[in-house]
Amino acid sequence: MLKKLSNIGDSSIVCDFGEEVNQSINSEVIKLFYFIKEQSSLKKIEGIINCTPSYNKLIISFDLKKTNSKTICDFIKSSKIKNLKNLKDKKEWIIPICYDFEIDLTNMSKELKLNKEEIIGIHSKSIYFIYMIGFVPGHPFMGDLDSRLFLNRLKTPRIKVPAGSVGIVEKFCNIYPFESPGGWNIIGRTPRKIFNPKDNLKPCLFSPGDTIKFKPISKMEFNNLINE
Amino acid sequence: MSNIFFKVLRAGINTTYQDEGRFGLQHLGLPPGGCMDHKSFLIANALVNNKKNYGVIEFAYQGPMLKLVKGKTSIAITGDVYFKIISNNEVTDGECNRSYNLKEGDIIDVLATKNSVYGYLSVNGGFKIESFFNSVSTLVKAKIGPNNGSKIKIDDKIIINKATSNKINLKTIISLETINTIRVLKGPQYDYFSEKSKKIFFSQKYNITNLTDRMGMRLNGEALKNINNTNIRSEGITKGAIQIPADGQPIALLTDHPTIGGYPKIANIISADYDLLVQKIPGTSITFKCIDLKEAEQLYSNRYNNISKIIKGIKEII
Repeated sequence: MLKKLSNIGDSSIVCDFGEEVNQSINSEVIKLFYFIKEQSSLKKIEGIINCTPSYNKLIISFDLKKTNSKTICDFIKSSKIKNLKNLKDKKEWIIPICYDFEIDLTNMSKELKLNKEEIIGIHSKSIYFIYMIGFVPGHPFMGDLDSRLFLNRLKTPRIKVPAGSVGIVEKFCNIYPFESPGGWNIIGRTPRKIFNPKDNLKPCLFSPGDTIKFKPISKMEFNNLINE
Repeated sequence: MSNIFFKVLRAGINTTYQDEGRFGLQHLGLPPGGCMDHKSFLIANALVNNKKNYGVIEFAYQGPMLKLVKGKTSIAITGDVYFKIISNNEVTDGECNRSYNLKEGDIIDVLATKNSVYGYLSVNGGFKIESFFNSVSTLVKAKIGPNNGSKIKIDDKIIINKATSNKINLKTIISLETINTIRVLKGPQYDYFSEKSKKIFFSQKYNITNLTDRMGMRLNGEALKNINNTNIRSEGITKGAIQIPADGQPIALLTDHPTIGGYPKIANIISADYDLLVQKIPGTSITFKCIDLKEAEQLYSNRYNNISKIIKGIKEII
């Protein structure tokens, strides 16, 4: 439930849903996100330039030439946001993953006291919910991991993690959209391109609130898919 | 298709196409981006009779050297920039905040920004560049925008749309802004810091370090003490937020900021002072002053009235 509205600087506000992180609170955040986007495209509210959902907060940024914090906060207070509709465009993705491209399975196996096959089995069975996308373009923060796989970040982050790498940390799972530095435990790699800067309509495969299930594939299938 | 074009003889540092930014994609990980100094951007377009959101070339410290290989055009440079125009082997010192007509073979050599970071080069009719999601801003780290999302390189061909306006040059006068006090609002995690640290934040001089680019500006001063938690649950980031990681040294998050982050934010730079801050070169000492929301909104409105006045005051050069 929305607990607090306050300004962040002079051209954003934050809708705070409390300290807890779980899928039901995050779903409320995402519902409000879609509601504001819709109201903004219907011109019911002017000047919104970005809405950024995270685990338990929605930040709404606006053009201070067209509106201000009070107008946006008043709009939200006067909307019946307790009765927002459920997400209708929520997608369920099946994403191929090749576990042969793991980097950290040996260490993970030692730390978790599970063998590699057990780790892969547990990871590929869960359905992951996309809490939010960001930090870099297209990067999904997903959860919740089975508690048998909870691990900390690497002590020293890697300078380069290959694009498509799938990592885990604490109860979360991610996919690196580009080759980039990173400190997550790498368990495999997907051949699917999850962010395409050339796609002018839908550059990002996922949206916040979608779910993902991983489908294990062989190295050969990986190579066929990546060349497609 | 237009066949008016420049050839890049020298690219300069961080030379990219920018407009007002790309909005509505932060939930997918894309910050708005766009020009760093909005005031100089708006004036650059106005001086060549463009609509306000045409893409321009932004450069930092050293600008490009461009040769107009084919056609005629009119250009303007804004900011505080030292540049030369070479025409028929004759070299003229360029003046900022006015337009120049260029003819085939002319060279424009943007040597350096003076005591500032960013400068802007606009052309009448705009550049012929591809937009992505309604914007021609370049986000280099994600390879998004015109020129395959890259900086402008030596030997690139820069195509210009056909000129739309008359040949009379325009100019305006802008006084330089030299104040080193940046006004801020308290940030969402202001109370994570000790009373002593809050006092230090608003009284000490911060040094702008070399670790400064379009994404962020790292500052150096007496370290601040976090009495709550040096990490927070990751949340959306807004332009101008000042975060304090565990080492106690502030990072101001600028135009190409990450979209989500997990460090506490002590303050937010007011929108009216943003352009002023990003133009400060490394080595400059700045201080922060706390004001309230009402005042910040009023200052922003004053600032845009002032920019409108400057644009209305553009006159023909007789």
